Amino acid sequence: MSLVQNFPFFSIFLCIFGGVVTSVLNKKAARRVTLCISAIVFLMSATVWHYTLSATGSYSFMMGHFPAPFGNEIRIGRLEAVMATLFSFIMFMTLLSGLFNLDNHAQPQKQNLFFVMVDLSLAALLVMLYTNDLFTAYVFIEIMTIASCALIMVRQNGHTLVSATRYMIMNLLASGITLLGISMLYGITGHLLMPQLKQAVSVIHQRGLYSVPLTVVVLLLTVGLSIKSALFPFHSWAPDAYGNAPPVSAAILSGLVSKGYIFLLIKIFYRVIGMDVVRSQHILEVLFVFGIAGMLIGSVSAVRQRDIRRMVAYSSVAQIGYVFMGIGMGTAAGTAAALFHMVAHAAAKPVLFISSAALTDASGDHKRFHFLHGAGYRCKAAGVSFSITAMSMVGIPLTAGFISKVRLSLAGMVLPDAYRFAVLFTLAISTLLNAVYFLHTVVSVYRKASPEAQQAVPCPLHPMTLQSKVSLVILALLTLILGVLSGPVMQSIFAGLRSFS
Amino acid sequence: MPQQLLVNIEQTFAVILFGIGFTLLLLHRNLLKKIIGLNIMDTAVFLFLTSMGFISGREPPIVTNGITDASLYINPVPSGLVLTGIVVAVSFTALMLALTIRLYRRYRTLDIDRITLLARKEVN
Repeated sequence: MSLVQNFPFFSIFLCIFGGVVTSVLNKKAARRVTLCISAIVFLMSATVWHYTLSATGSYSFMMGHFPAPFGNEIRIGRLEAVMATLFSFIMFMTLLSGLFNLDNHAQPQKQNLFFVMVDLSLAALLVMLYTNDLFTAYVFIEIMTIASCALIMVRQNGHTLVSATRYMIMNLLASGITLLGISMLYGITGHLLMPQLKQAVSVIHQRGLYSVPLTVVVLLLTVGLSIKSALFPFHSWAPDAYGNAPPVSAAILSGLVSKGYIFLLIKIFYRVIGMDVVRSQHILEVLFVFGIAGMLIGSVSAVRQRDIRRMVAYSSVAQIGYVFMGIGMGTAAGTAAALFHMVAHAAAKPVLFISSAALTDASGDHKRFHFLHGAGYRCKAAGVSFSITAMSMVGIPLTAGFISKVRLSLAGMVLPDAYRFAVLFTLAISTLLNAVYFLHTVVSVYRKASPEAQQAVPCPLHPMTLQSKVSLVILALLTLILGVLSGPVMQSIFAGLRSFS
Repeated sequence: MPQQLLVNIEQTFAVILFGIGFTLLLLHRNLLKKIIGLNIMDTAVFLFLTSMGFISGREPPIVTNGITDASLYINPVPSGLVLTGIVVAVSFTALMLALTIRLYRRYRTLDIDRITLLARKEVN
């Protein structure tokens, strides 16, 4: 076994270790440790990605001293590695660019606790990508939930507390459902490791046993994880939580945390239940319809917002709809497009949250659009990066959003007529709506403010530092890079998905 | 069908309890009762798991008198899962209680609907 093969384990362990250490450090040291950890995790994941490209297929890594049917395992393939690389890079850049105004939102002497939560959520994200064991996945879902709730409530005002409570209640319901699903699955099959589970499930399915419990299990797991990732009918907690949390927390929650749950759901579909069993239970159709509804309703609600942060938050609901529509197609091409859209959204959404916070800071902390006139000139880096990522959300060519929309429509083209029509029609409408609200924002940010309004704007309390400006622009450029050079990522996604089934 | 429900009476009750806890957590307006609902829900899952791992006439999965024959003990995996689940449930309860205390100190009520109304009136 070469050293590289240990890196996924090292990166998970490093994050948990960082979470323990930062709890006793002061603010500055905690910040440095967390930044270092996310950078190291990024480098290690990139090495692992490089290794999986040269190695044949995937490998599983035994945790502890108990071999396969009893012990705990993580599994590393191309898909997991490429996701870990991109997510940890995005986490690093989000932290670098988003921390400049944390003092506005959190008490300075308690900020080390914020970094504890960041470390733990990165650890949970990595475990959800890598794990080969369903119960480990459950435990880290819970760690992720607690960490993300704490990320919301670092800001101590009434709105934030109420949204954190609502977030927590919805997530607790989802956790309960997921746990019941996992317990029932264990009751039917007697396994918790994914390969053994899949074998047992396919035997059960072929013999026609336990068809009702199996459907219930798939339903429980799907509903649980889609509540957590804010799929349309269960999205009520999301806009408040994203809109009231500090911008860097909202960026992490919407960009990365929700993606972890969706990735786990895809993993469960492909590696635990098996796509043919899932297809025979007609749950994908429901996801497809919910995804389409989410795309439309999320976009319509975003158009109606008068507050830039809530608009960006509602746009997340719409983007999650795209991802679930891709999964709901039930084909490898659809899931691959959904995975690429996850990456594109994960790269764009943190930039949108952080740059909109910088723009509102530069306009005297007003979030409404008419106060934002000229903000793009007052804070140039935020204006430029907001515009680039808004283009990606709309789907202008050369951006990552364009590639994912092309992939989604290509995947939709081969489906039966009704599906094809639904996919293309909704994509068109939703792109139009995205264009309406994002381009409207870009225009109002760059509209010249009247001279007296310009003079009245106070200087922000914590202006963007050079470091955060540079990293924000780099993160915005990542959407362009992903759009121009989508080839390697797409190949890894396809190869990884093939090795899943 | 009714007979199956009677044979698996623990699981039947576990699912009923789960439903009670779930409804309390989802629908009740009082935050404390929501937390009670959360605990009922989690305990129901623990009952479900333990009853699944229990085999009548066998010993708890702790090696006694040096006997290592696995056929004399019950399945240890569900008990392990329950222990993990208890830890998770305790930490969730603690977090929810902390949130509730903060909300109560601020708004002097435990009713989530009233709290939401009061918070909306506040200037951000």
